[in-house]
Amino acid sequence: MQKKLLRLAVGVCTIFGLSSCNGTTSSATGTDVTEGAGEGKVLNIRCWNDEFQGRFRSYYPDYMSTDSDGNDLLRDGTKVVWTITANKDNAYQNALDVSLKANDTAADDSKVDMYLVEADYALKYVDSDYSLDVKADLGLTDNDLSQQYQYTKDIVTDSTGAQKGTTWQACPGLYAYRRDIAKEVLGTDDPAEVQAKLSTWDGFNAVAAAMKAKGYFMLSGYDDAYRPYSNNISAPLVNENDEIVIDQNIENWIDTTKEYTDKGYNNKTSLWDSQWSADQGPNGKVFGFFYSTWGINFTLEGNSLADANAEKALGNGLYGEYAVTEGPASYYWGGSWLCGAKGTDNSYLVKRIMQTMTCSRTVSKHLTLDTLDYTNNKVAMTEIAEDPTYGSDFLGGQNHIAMFAESADKIDMSNISSYDQGINEGIQTAFQDYFAGSVTKEKAWENFYTNIAEVYPNLKKAA
Amino acid sequence: MNKRMTINTRKKKMSYAKWGYILLVPFFVIFILFQLIPLLQTFKYSFYEYYSIGLQEIGPNWVGFANYVKIFQGSILKYAGNTLILWILCIIPQMTVSLLLAVWFTDIRLHLKGTWFFKTVIYMPNLVMAAAFGMLFQMLFAANGPVVDMLMDSGWITETFHIGQSVWGTRWVIALMNFLMWFGNTTILLMAGVMGIDTTVYEAATIDGSGAFKTFFHITMPLLMPIFIYVVITSLIGGVQLFDVAQIFTSGSGAVDGSSKTLMMYLYKLIGTSRNYGEAGAVSVVLFLLTATLSFIVFAFTQKSGKLSKKEKKIMKEIELKEASKNGTSC
Repeated sequence: MQKKLLRLAVGVCTIFGLSSCNGTTSSATGTDVTEGAGEGKVLNIRCWNDEFQGRFRSYYPDYMSTDSDGNDLLRDGTKVVWTITANKDNAYQNALDVSLKANDTAADDSKVDMYLVEADYALKYVDSDYSLDVKADLGLTDNDLSQQYQYTKDIVTDSTGAQKGTTWQACPGLYAYRRDIAKEVLGTDDPAEVQAKLSTWDGFNAVAAAMKAKGYFMLSGYDDAYRPYSNNISAPLVNENDEIVIDQNIENWIDTTKEYTDKGYNNKTSLWDSQWSADQGPNGKVFGFFYSTWGINFTLEGNSLADANAEKALGNGLYGEYAVTEGPASYYWGGSWLCGAKGTDNSYLVKRIMQTMTCSRTVSKHLTLDTLDYTNNKVAMTEIAEDPTYGSDFLGGQNHIAMFAESADKIDMSNISSYDQGINEGIQTAFQDYFAGSVTKEKAWENFYTNIAEVYPNLKKAA
Repeated sequence: MNKRMTINTRKKKMSYAKWGYILLVPFFVIFILFQLIPLLQTFKYSFYEYYSIGLQEIGPNWVGFANYVKIFQGSILKYAGNTLILWILCIIPQMTVSLLLAVWFTDIRLHLKGTWFFKTVIYMPNLVMAAAFGMLFQMLFAANGPVVDMLMDSGWITETFHIGQSVWGTRWVIALMNFLMWFGNTTILLMAGVMGIDTTVYEAATIDGSGAFKTFFHITMPLLMPIFIYVVITSLIGGVQLFDVAQIFTSGSGAVDGSSKTLMMYLYKLIGTSRNYGEAGAVSVVLFLLTATLSFIVFAFTQKSGKLSKKEKKIMKEIELKEASKNGTSC
């Protein structure tokens, strides 16, 4: 009897096991995408933080609610599942790569439909087959994309000229400074006047000395000034022979930062560490921070408050005490692009999201007015720039959009490579020891190359 | 009726032995599928060039010993050195303290009260995830953290101290973290070993006038040797594979000049971005050989050979003579 029961149980389990493999329905990636017909019921989005999630929930018109699992519900019943994996130790890309490669054979509801990439590693996905052409595959038109800044399109254009992603942000770089310290040391906190003093590196260094004399730091950490230098290199970091090319600008950054550290102009922190965040708050003694427009709302605002749970208004810590200027060098920093995943079963919805979040003048304008983020729409940004009544409370009434409207158009991202992320991080980590005085410059370069050999085995040192 | 019963009972008697093997099968299946085969694959891939550039896979292409040459031209010896240093810094205090506690907690004469409380408390750090533990210490020792604040307030240091810039500072803190996590476990194991020693031996020693030190070195340690070897070897295997604590505490950088970067951190880096299974396989094989060699050395040093030393032979002869004379008189 027991043997019979055992056989029956095993038989039932086998039947269940074999029947749960469902065949995958073919996904619509051709150019004749019909309006939402035959689309999947679940939209899977992969990203590394909740920045886009916040934007999506606030500005996508079809968004209705979020359930207790953190999934969003759209008006037509589609469920949006967010998979957020932090960037640390490359975990986000590792998880993304696995799911992209398995996308063709995955069950419809588990297929990755859309994912985000950062500027530093955008090329890796853009040049691969795993991102969809926004025009040919998804159906965005030239008209849709016409109001976007050119560089945001260039960075995600692959070698055949196809645009493989789209973004809601333009990220001109800036220097955010404290109005109270500016008044005390420079005698003025007006952005135009402060910019006049900071417009060249010599001027910047002179102000740094003045800050030091009054007991303030010009910068918080070693890596703060990295981007203004690294973005203005004359050639990509890796050439066609897989050799690493260290531009003179990088050497300039190393020398300047060593000088700043020795003279006590910086507080010896590292980007994103706890002291760096604390330096932006009311107890910090740092004059300013190099940031990009996404950083104002996403990072600086939160760090500047004295009480994180209280209302974000004047009187709460340094809210209202910061202003921004272009700084000594024009540059850009980061940005997040939306890419459609190859093998998606929700291509119409992906197109709708891209269209709404990155091509719509009204959404872009709202986004900027609410979050101070500089959005990827020339018309909306010009409108705000020319609006004499617009000023941001957090920035003490400053219209920072006006300042960037001109420079955003001139951003040049032609010198990116797909190895930027590893090399940028590698240089900053290796030279941290040099700045602190623990190793010599030659040893720091040695450590950098050893590290790069571990991260990118195919790269070589330039002869 | 009787005939059928005998046949059935005979069959039942035979099938009991089978069950032993049947119950072992799940373990072996899982071991072979999830441990043995991946292990053999790792060894195999160490002879192939196999990594990714972006999303594109390169290989697997046979390259023979090229991976091994490459890693030895790199910094693997430095990382192996770091790993061993970190292990030694941890194991010596750990063994000393654990032996001490094990002996004290089980000593009949000392008869400490409330040892149950201490046994629980010292074991607790082992229950915390190593990564969480590493993160906690990272926050404690941060440049704007409580430890630096305390040192500055009490005047020990005048300006902010970045522990990541101190070679031995980082190493000692990592060793401390490992010590806290594992000394409880080691104490419990050694206690079990000590409790397995026959108390009459101790009584005999006390009657013969043996002091605490003599008892420990001549009675406890030799009889504890099997458990002690076990503890040292498992600690060695764990120490050579040191990863979470060092990785989280130094945020993956291995502190200044890579001085606290361990072999596992190196391996993790290789498979991190470029999924370099070839070189990582080579590092795994090196790790395996290192662990095996060190274990063998520990075993060889602590294992008594079958032969008796001269002194022992003399004592044995005296005992035999005594017994012979006794037997002679009793007969």
